Amino acid sequence: MSDTTALYRKRVRTNRIALMCSLLAMLIGMSFLAWIMIVLLYKGFGALSLSLFTQSTPAPGSDGGLFNAILGSLMMVGVSTFIATPIGILAGVYLSEFGRKGWLAPTTRFINDILLSAPSIVIGVFIYAVYVAQVQHFSGWAGSLALALIAIPVVVRTTENMLNLVPGSLREAASALGAPRWKVVLHVVLRSARAGVLTGILLAIARVSGETAPLLFTALNNQFTSYDLNGPMANLPVVIFQFAMSPYENWNSLAWGGAILITFGVLCLNIVVRTMFRKKI
Amino acid sequence: MRVQRLQDALFHQVTRFFAFSVLAILAAIIASLLYGAWPALLEFGAGFPFSADWNPVADKFGGLISVYGTLSTSVIALVVAIPVSFGIAIFLTELCPPVLRGPLGIAVELLAAVPSIIYGMWGLFVFAPLFADYVQPVLSMTLGNLPFIGTLFQGPQNGIGILSAGLILSVMVIPFIASVMRDVFEVVPGILKESAYGLGATTWEVVWNIVLPYTRVGVIGGVMLGLGRALGETMAVTFVIGNAHRISPSLYEAGNSIASTLANEFAEAASDLHVSSLIALGLILFFVTFVVLALSKILLMRLGRSEGEKT
Repeated sequence: MSDTTALYRKRVRTNRIALMCSLLAMLIGMSFLAWIMIVLLYKGFGALSLSLFTQSTPAPGSDGGLFNAILGSLMMVGVSTFIATPIGILAGVYLSEFGRKGWLAPTTRFINDILLSAPSIVIGVFIYAVYVAQVQHFSGWAGSLALALIAIPVVVRTTENMLNLVPGSLREAASALGAPRWKVVLHVVLRSARAGVLTGILLAIARVSGETAPLLFTALNNQFTSYDLNGPMANLPVVIFQFAMSPYENWNSLAWGGAILITFGVLCLNIVVRTMFRKKI
Repeated sequence: MRVQRLQDALFHQVTRFFAFSVLAILAAIIASLLYGAWPALLEFGAGFPFSADWNPVADKFGGLISVYGTLSTSVIALVVAIPVSFGIAIFLTELCPPVLRGPLGIAVELLAAVPSIIYGMWGLFVFAPLFADYVQPVLSMTLGNLPFIGTLFQGPQNGIGILSAGLILSVMVIPFIASVMRDVFEVVPGILKESAYGLGATTWEVVWNIVLPYTRVGVIGGVMLGLGRALGETMAVTFVIGNAHRISPSLYEAGNSIASTLANEFAEAASDLHVSSLIALGLILFFVTFVVLALSKILLMRLGRSEGEKT
């Protein structure tokens, strides 16, 4: 090569340094993920045992598990999914199928994207103000409502995206056969996007199962096993928070056990959903 | 035919109602926060966000300490996260072998999916001790001796405080900024990049002179999204910020952010004025994140429109 002038060499050097930095940035990102996973496995693996799933949270210094917290989390996430799914899907249907004209669809889309990233603790304050403060007690219902409000924007967003992927010719074909609009939407469009819509719901579940902040002053916590959604309810994130911050060793170890459960649950959901539907979300 | 038309209209209105309910949720949040914050705003007036008082015993409240904590941790987070996210986005779009692009992209997104309480536990029990032993002394000895900014890096080296909270926040917002940057980088028309390569530009020159100017608006939108996330992040900050109601010139000192104040005090607030002041803090937080996120969305939409496709 004849053009090994000083300028050329400088450009190549700059390029090499920049690309090295880029590689380094990627390694930094990945090493944090690996670091957190390794810490979780190292600290939490010892706490994993059968009693973690069968016994309730113990007093300091005695044996126990996280049964009541797991139960409470499952119940509240379940209820919130139950509330958020129909609302989210129908709103998403409006945005994708009827959102061509008018002010409502663009405004809703805009606000929905903001709510998607809105601070979850403010949602907790909101539910506290409109529900907990009115009925004067913390409850599993309040926690479920707070989680539902966080889940709705996720479902709306993915439903709209997934319905937009359904080819227009499918709608036209159904309409040409004389099907009314609602039948076209419910039986043709939604059905062909079924897997995608399900993805949105799974993502919403993954998102809310790790949420702690909105539950701190809605569901609060409960030391005992409770099936009553109308009273304070134990849940994994808040129990982890309290136990991790406590000075008792057995509580700390339970907190790490809970942390491992919740993280790997959420990450598995995410991996399944994202490998199934890469590109589309 | 009449029945069908009626059913269609009904269906349209039902979906319209649920789309509208998303707006109604926002309106209800704003209204209830305003209503709840009203007593505090009446009592302390417009100076509430700028007063450093926070004394539940004397019923004196002001937001400055929490606002400072929120802003300073978010700024630290962005300063660290922007270059790293930029590097990751370049790696994923320009350097990465196509086979690895999918898995690595998912891995970056997983970093965003880890619940924030896990970041908090990791930050407090693993990161903070190491940070105190190995990083803080070094920072004190180097940056701590500089004029003006030196005082920022002097103070108790126990790994807890504004700086640690900011750094952990940065790990949390990196995936958000990086995936937006990656998405907007992919929007750049291949022909522009190929023209530059054809003229003999290096990869870095293409990124810096072609890709970045073309996507500037979207990149800023991504940074704003990260900022919005950082401002409202609660649990991770609550674990490591130290929860002390004071402002000090050192970033090593403990502080409090709006979100961590709410998380710590809301369930135990005794007086009505205390609750109202906390809601007022929530209102400030919601307002600021709303503006930041709206700005981010507008910028990203602008890039999408100039490209002629939706983002």
